[in-house]
Amino acid sequence: MSARLLVAALRDPASVAEFNAAGWTALISAARAEQMIGTLAHRVAGLPMPAAAARILDDARASAEQGRIAALWEAEMARRALAPIGVPVILLKGTAFVAAGLEAGRGRHIGDLDILVPRDRLEEGEAALLAAGWEWVKPDPYDDAYYRRWMHELPPLIHRERDRMIDVHHTILPLTAAPTPDAAALVAGAVEIGCGLFMLSREDVVIHAAAHLFADGDLAGGLRNLWDIHCLIGEFDAPGYVERLRERAQLHGLLPAVDRALRLSQWLYGAGAPLTPIDRPFVRRLLGRDGWGRQRRKVSEFGFYLRGHLLRMPPAMLARHLWTKWRKGYRPVG
Amino acid sequence: MRIGPAGFRVGSDWRRPIAELENLYRDYPKPEDGVPDFTVRLFAARPWRRFVRPAVMIGGDFTIPDAAPLPLDLGLLAAEMGMNLQMALAQRRYLLLHASCVERNGRAVLMTGESGAGKSTLAALMMARGWRLMGDEFALVDPETGLIHGFPRLVSLKNESVAVMQAALPQARFGPPQLKTPKGDIRHLVPDAASIAAMAVPAVAAHIVFPRFGLERAIREVPPAETFVRLTQASTNYVALGERGFDALTRLVTSVPATAIDYPDAATAIRQVEALA
Repeated sequence: MSARLLVAALRDPASVAEFNAAGWTALISAARAEQMIGTLAHRVAGLPMPAAAARILDDARASAEQGRIAALWEAEMARRALAPIGVPVILLKGTAFVAAGLEAGRGRHIGDLDILVPRDRLEEGEAALLAAGWEWVKPDPYDDAYYRRWMHELPPLIHRERDRMIDVHHTILPLTAAPTPDAAALVAGAVEIGCGLFMLSREDVVIHAAAHLFADGDLAGGLRNLWDIHCLIGEFDAPGYVERLRERAQLHGLLPAVDRALRLSQWLYGAGAPLTPIDRPFVRRLLGRDGWGRQRRKVSEFGFYLRGHLLRMPPAMLARHLWTKWRKGYRPVG
Repeated sequence: MRIGPAGFRVGSDWRRPIAELENLYRDYPKPEDGVPDFTVRLFAARPWRRFVRPAVMIGGDFTIPDAAPLPLDLGLLAAEMGMNLQMALAQRRYLLLHASCVERNGRAVLMTGESGAGKSTLAALMMARGWRLMGDEFALVDPETGLIHGFPRLVSLKNESVAVMQAALPQARFGPPQLKTPKGDIRHLVPDAASIAAMAVPAVAAHIVFPRFGLERAIREVPPAETFVRLTQASTNYVALGERGFDALTRLVTSVPATAIDYPDAATAIRQVEALA
């Protein structure tokens, strides 16, 4: 599976010296499929490679740089909308990494702007964003009601002029999930990163990445998520850091997710780590991408799709939800 | 295969679209260093749809969600759409303009307009008159040099223009008829040998033309500001290129004259365009 080529190139960039044309082709397709081409491009910059590959990676770096500029601009737009009502903008995920100048942000693909807002300020925040030009994306009343009742974020909003999406979170896991992270502690622990913007504390940012990956969702984008975690831990590590991280994870009810993230990120990108038998299917799912950028191992993919939903909600509720979505024509794995 | 500066790898669940591509693109070079810029995949939506009422989904490095599948008879069209899609969504080296382009004496004429304006047909007819075809769909502006790079893929001829081109170029090679597509009946024309041979050679932009078919003959100079706005709408990656895109487009519209032409028939249009260049 070519996902292995990608992981090898990220872990040990010098390994690309042995790649032939077919290897480069597979590597580039897998990296694009995992939305990690910009990260890869930074990682292998300057190493000997075919001119055609070098050109593709030059473009990927330029594209990621433009993505970084656009992401920071979106963050600033949200800050301007929320500053007058005194709601702090706590950046999450990719935008936080690039705003703070972290290694995890180098070349990273950034899609939507994700922010965390204190739950008791959510309605005001929503009104301020609507007044500043953001609009609803989900026209479906079922989806809208579902988000508002059960999700950890508002239904997505899109800006009518800039065509960019914002996800406004009030916590980091759906309310239907078993663990209930302490959202007030997330907000209280946030740190300022300049220009009136905030991000989660050094521990909470890793916990959020792990929660997103293992306690919610179907592991899509998992290789990138674990790369984020690998970089964050590499940059934050200091005496006592991992202990504080695990203690904090305990507080949020997310210690198993964080431990798994530590093991898998070490195993994939670091010096290696002993895996548990239950980690194995995760690895299988994570490395399912082939040299054409296709997700193979459909059974594994579907299994994790179901798992993601089971983590998200109790079985009876899941059955009702999937039935409603099925009738609307939605098919999970295509 | 390589088209202009971009290399492609096309994979398919079926043999037929690949055989058609191999035949029509047989004179094109391979991707540089054997590493294509983009991958396109034609695949069955469900495993059994490879065999039962085959339906071709367009995939690849970059895709749009919810694209409708095409019947296998339109597999060649699906491959062409897949390659266009990679360029439209992911080309970042050049400012991409949705325009046809022909060149003579190192000077390129860009023709852009809405679907049905006649840009493909005019470019193909001018190729028949000795111009080099640089592309019927995309023209690529190099932000570093300001030069135009061609993308001479197969010319996509629609409806009546198929017969027009068969009459103009009786010796040319055409692809299999692609009937009842969302854009009508389509047939692909292989660019002439000179155009393929020179496809990597860039040209200086000499004129920008906005043709409109089906109207009384008219001609109007288009000021740079209007050209700028029209070309932002004709570009799929202007926003994604950020400042580089702005600079490249500003340089183009301030250094190259632009003209809108209305024409009742192709012969009139060609006289109008050739008079400008």
